[in-house]
Amino acid sequence: MSAPSTGGASRDGYGSALLKLASDPRVVVLEADLGKSTKSCLFRAEHPERTVSMGIAEQNMMLVSAGMASSGKIPFASTFAIFTERAFEQVRNGIARPGLVVHICGSHGGIHTGTDGSSAQSIEDLGIYRTIPNMTVLHPCDDLSAEELTIQLLNHDKPSYTRTARNKVPRVYTEDNVSEIKIGKGNVIKEGNDVAIIACGVMVNEAKIAAQKLSEKGINACIVDMHTIKPLDGDLIHKLARQCGCIVTVEDHSVIGGLGGGVAEYLSRNIPTPLEMVGVNDRFGESGDTSDLMSHLNIDYNAIVSASHAAIKRK
Amino acid sequence: MLVKYQPMYWTIGVIALQTINSQFQRQVFKWGAIISLGEGQLMEIARKCRIDIVEMVHKAGAGHPGGSLSAIDFIVGLYGTEFRFDAKNPNWEDRDRFIMSKGHASPAVYSMLHQLGIITKSDIDSFRTLGSTCQGHVDMKWTEGVDFSAGSLGMGLSFGLGCAIAARMDSSERNIWVMIGDGETQEGQIWEAAMATDFHNIGNLNVVIDRNRIQNDDFMEVQMEIGDIGAKFQSFGWKVIEIDGHNMQEITNAIGQASSDQNEPYAIVAHTIKGKGVSFMENNPSFHGKAPSDEELVIALEELS
Repeated sequence: MSAPSTGGASRDGYGSALLKLASDPRVVVLEADLGKSTKSCLFRAEHPERTVSMGIAEQNMMLVSAGMASSGKIPFASTFAIFTERAFEQVRNGIARPGLVVHICGSHGGIHTGTDGSSAQSIEDLGIYRTIPNMTVLHPCDDLSAEELTIQLLNHDKPSYTRTARNKVPRVYTEDNVSEIKIGKGNVIKEGNDVAIIACGVMVNEAKIAAQKLSEKGINACIVDMHTIKPLDGDLIHKLARQCGCIVTVEDHSVIGGLGGGVAEYLSRNIPTPLEMVGVNDRFGESGDTSDLMSHLNIDYNAIVSASHAAIKRK
Repeated sequence: MLVKYQPMYWTIGVIALQTINSQFQRQVFKWGAIISLGEGQLMEIARKCRIDIVEMVHKAGAGHPGGSLSAIDFIVGLYGTEFRFDAKNPNWEDRDRFIMSKGHASPAVYSMLHQLGIITKSDIDSFRTLGSTCQGHVDMKWTEGVDFSAGSLGMGLSFGLGCAIAARMDSSERNIWVMIGDGETQEGQIWEAAMATDFHNIGNLNVVIDRNRIQNDDFMEVQMEIGDIGAKFQSFGWKVIEIDGHNMQEITNAIGQASSDQNEPYAIVAHTIKGKGVSFMENNPSFHGKAPSDEELVIALEELS
């Protein structure tokens, strides 16, 4: 089966995964007045008896999820990424600390949020959840991988945070190869030896465009979809550092604490390697068309190309 | 009155024969037998719990005696009557749940679990020390018989609501009990949970508010007095019972009424005295989170003997 060049947004994959998970009676869905946006509405339409509306009350939603998990349910709770942050301490103390298996989905993560502006642009979610013991942190790049990773969460024994994105992007995976991805293992989607570009979320697609531009200059970049931010695939990072001698991380997130931060921590401890980080550079976003914003904030493919040249120079 | 849960008793291998002794009594297996204790027996257990509380806080040199002593009578009243659990199998899936949201009052919970034989004297003697079963704040990861990891105020009622929704989805009639502090009602999340409980027509969830009128820094009237807590819960759709939280008959009557009615959530406002039972701790904000000295321990134990 050949995949279409464009699919849905990663949030669509989350919604379709919930429907597929519904055959397990332990699965319950919680939403906070944003089910139409996070796509939990698809589950609600089919299984209203297992969908719990929490209203605009994210803190309550997190602990209700924890209580349900302690009673044998497998809760999938979603809202916007930015509003999960409102309940950060609830996630930390109420879910992760007792190790209750609740799966949180924050949609509309990063600056890919439409034109609402900085109040809705979560650029710190990956970083803050990564600091919590017991948490698994995922950020899939397209609808197919979001569906696959969400389905894998059914048998995952730790609480998790999955960031999905609002906007449709070209598919990175096909229906035939997406089942090869596994939680905790980065996925090399293009081999190369000159520079390793490790990306997550919607930026994987930008990295692919950047690799094409780099190849026109004779640079052969390796592209990795690092869909699991925690636990980070150190073995792969190690291999890439040896193979390419320099690394560029790419994320629709602050350069502090997220994918770039995690890779930097690994490299500096294990195999010091030149690293350039593409991400939001310690500032808030603003309203604007997504492509304009990406350019304005220096997180588009042009920024990846520049960062790759800089990394290669430092080898 | 028909006995609820009879099939479940057979499945867990308990022979339920005892005649129920009150209109609302549900059969409960605990302390190795099916029992519901009388007022005198409950007060005696509460006295022993109070001794445990002051001794463990003294030994640890830290902890929260005031709010433990205000809460203990209700806890004993609950475990001694309507609360369905199996002391020999604290993880029994269909047990009722007791969620201690004011987790700093952990000595009250540990003393109850000690009296039930679920944890040992050596467990409570190690309170707050490295590796102890008895962590500073109650924690379900560390202690058998504890249903919630508390310590950050305002979260337990939401957790209880989740337990209650799950029980309803499973067609279980287990009751969920949450204890919160009156100061804890300053947390907005309490009211998120109160609102959602009414909206979802939850009837198997009850909350007791330990109304001792003192919080960490000072009296609530100095810090942030909430006013009529009962009226506030009532306005959120809850049935409200106001009781003297140290009168065992009022305690068990309220517990019986709330346990037997699974159509409505109950908020029991237990008017209590912080530090109850130890004269120099009573109504004294400084014993919210302070251990008694050696000399004070002697006086406390004399008063409780």
